[in-house]
Amino acid sequence: MGVTVRLAQMAVLAVLALVAIFMWSQAVDTAYAIHAGIFFIAAVLGLIYMAKNTFSGQAAADQTEYMDDVVRAGIIATVFWGVIGFTVGVYIASELAFPVLNWDFPLTNFGRLRPVHTSAVIFAFGGNGLIATSFYVVQRTNKTRLAFGNLAWFVFWGYQLFIVLAATGYVMGVTQGREYAEPEWYVDLWLTIVWVAYFLVFFGTLVKRKVSHIYVANWFYLSFIVTIAMLHLGNNMAVPVSFFGIKSYSLFSGAPDAITQWWYGHNAVGFFLTAGFLGMMYYFVPKRANRPVYSYRLSIVHFWALIFTYIWAGPHHLHYTALPDWVQTLGMVMSVILWMPSWGGMINGLMTLSGAWDKLRTDPILRMMVISVAFYGMSTFEGPMMAIRSVNALSHYTDWTVGHVHSGALGWVGMITMGSVYYIVPKLWNRERLYSETLVSWHFWLATLGIVLYASSMWVSGIMQGLMWREYDAQGFLVYSFAETVEAMHPYYVIRALGGGFYLVGGLLMAFNVWQTIKGNVRSGEAIAAEARA
Amino acid sequence: MANPERDEVTGTETTGHEWDGIRELNTPLPRWWVWTFIATIVWGLGYVIAYPAIPLIHTNTKGLLGTSGRTELVAEMKAAKAQKAKFLGKMSKLSVEEIAKDPELREFATHAGAAAFKVNCVQCHGSGAQGGYGYPNLNDDDWIWGGKLEDIYTTIKDGVRYEPDANEDTRTSDMPAFGGDLEPAQIDALAEYVLKLSGQKHDEAKAAEGDKLFHGDAGCNGCHGEKGEGVQEAGGPRLADRIWLYKGDKASIVSQITKPKLGVMPAWGYKHRLDDNTIKALTIYVHSLGGGAS
Repeated sequence: MGVTVRLAQMAVLAVLALVAIFMWSQAVDTAYAIHAGIFFIAAVLGLIYMAKNTFSGQAAADQTEYMDDVVRAGIIATVFWGVIGFTVGVYIASELAFPVLNWDFPLTNFGRLRPVHTSAVIFAFGGNGLIATSFYVVQRTNKTRLAFGNLAWFVFWGYQLFIVLAATGYVMGVTQGREYAEPEWYVDLWLTIVWVAYFLVFFGTLVKRKVSHIYVANWFYLSFIVTIAMLHLGNNMAVPVSFFGIKSYSLFSGAPDAITQWWYGHNAVGFFLTAGFLGMMYYFVPKRANRPVYSYRLSIVHFWALIFTYIWAGPHHLHYTALPDWVQTLGMVMSVILWMPSWGGMINGLMTLSGAWDKLRTDPILRMMVISVAFYGMSTFEGPMMAIRSVNALSHYTDWTVGHVHSGALGWVGMITMGSVYYIVPKLWNRERLYSETLVSWHFWLATLGIVLYASSMWVSGIMQGLMWREYDAQGFLVYSFAETVEAMHPYYVIRALGGGFYLVGGLLMAFNVWQTIKGNVRSGEAIAAEARA
Repeated sequence: MANPERDEVTGTETTGHEWDGIRELNTPLPRWWVWTFIATIVWGLGYVIAYPAIPLIHTNTKGLLGTSGRTELVAEMKAAKAQKAKFLGKMSKLSVEEIAKDPELREFATHAGAAAFKVNCVQCHGSGAQGGYGYPNLNDDDWIWGGKLEDIYTTIKDGVRYEPDANEDTRTSDMPAFGGDLEPAQIDALAEYVLKLSGQKHDEAKAAEGDKLFHGDAGCNGCHGEKGEGVQEAGGPRLADRIWLYKGDKASIVSQITKPKLGVMPAWGYKHRLDDNTIKALTIYVHSLGGGAS
């Protein structure tokens, strides 16, 4: 890359640093000043790094090779944020079981740590996993290097900055109170810039592809990138009180604001946690199983059916509220119709293994991918069922919803990502094999057991909670006080935290295994065992 | 295609494409999948016809069933009200004593009271009415303002205050702060006497001195009774037992004499915060827990 381009990029970073200083000097509240400081540090670090590379006369990257450095960074970030996100999750689950762990301290309060957990697992762990694997997949299935030079690096570091700004904001109490979209207006603007860059890199790579057809995984990745951009802009229409303060107000109010939030919220599930990870599945499952995708036709039909139907399903989060009846009907009907389009992905994922089922016995990585698809199928049946108004009347506002989300998040999203990480790491670092497949097996069982404990305890707890809330005695009076339902849920909260703990230990094993693999180690005894098996 | 590529394992045609080693089979859509998909769509159309669904310019289609979230709620509320109407009508005409004498009405009022208690009272008195530091246990027979139906009714209706209040009927808990009028040694002696009254370990000499103060200068007997048995008309708690509102150790007793914590309870009947029937029901319920005794 030319030195002129580098200098221009450095100039942009310098301007960003100056903007950050200006923001800091004008800040009307502490949190904003701290964020301006973080922004400044990030810009300066970028500047130093680029200056070092530009003037050390480092050779320009080979344009005929795949750009894998950024994928490697993304995979490390995925594992790192995964462990952080799981840890915070276990901690806040313990807070619910043992409220003393809140310590009466704002920073450690459940209310502030909960968005740290959700954002860390969805956006930091899941998001980095999607960005990294999409960069890996789009290059290989289109036989071309990522477009726009170092822009992919901007996407990576810009996205990490977004995560840091979001998480530090939450613990300081900076939130716009929109679930899964808590960051305030200025962080939203930064994410918008990063996301547009991500779109340009991905789409640009598709445009300069050297194959005629676009592989199905890329359709899903692209639908995720485009739709998330639309959802992000729609849900974050807010007016800042001051350009130098954290606070903003939503453009909407009342029921329209609520439905905007859930239009976003449910499609974050649909397009971030479903479509994006289906893209991951469509590449890594056939690769790992070394089998063709089961049905091309099914992939086309379920793709279009899924993205057409999902976008209408949000209102099922607002059954029996001030939301007009007709919108509730729309949300419920579309959610039920969504059942088969979702299952199309499950069928294609599972049936891709036909002719390779025996590999499940020996390959813990493939086992992980398959169980993830199984959990995907289970969650996408449970979802439409819970969207039915009369079922929702029982499940709404209870732990059942939490269990449902986690069977999808831990089971589907987590397992497919971790399976893909295990597949991709030896390839990226050019190792013959993982440090240890035995540890993968342990990870598989710990995670599976963790999910089972989590989901089943939340089913029991949630259904019990819903039944207790609505229990009337013979005279027509409510039987339980709210505190009694909370007390009854305590044992299930303990089981849930335990399940989360199992999942976290699995995540730690993965981090260790990945680290050792990168270092080029093989666990003693395993290479011989593998040879003997072969 | 004249000679389509076939997958060796399954014998199925492939699409002929290949990406990074991945091929695709040309398997037709699973029939059960297609039919289930169609079935959900047909069901969806039926639901859209039956329920409020399609937005028009000023309103939306109301559905053949003519039902809506609002009409469902109204019907449910109406049914719930009708179920209770008979009993509530009777209750509003009777006093708490009369309600308590009618077994059917008493049963109804106990359930109604339990439900109302769980919404309004558990925050201070606990979900088992077991009380806590500063909040009386309602299951025992120690009643500060009286445990008869009429007493409980008044306490719930008009509440307890320690400062002058807009509601003139409120009960007033007005123990003086003796910190200003008595010497520390005198307060110490009084505390020893209170320990003695409650049957705890105490200093006999000091307690004798405290006895004099209790019945003399300090005048504690006015509200707590000659033998510390309590005076319910004045809201003076019984001291001659092991039941304590603010703990019964020496330090706590000294603190309570020096600068007392005073009881507060909302006046649930004031400005109809709760309707009279609910207060009656609460009275019956609370009385059923530990009431009736002196």
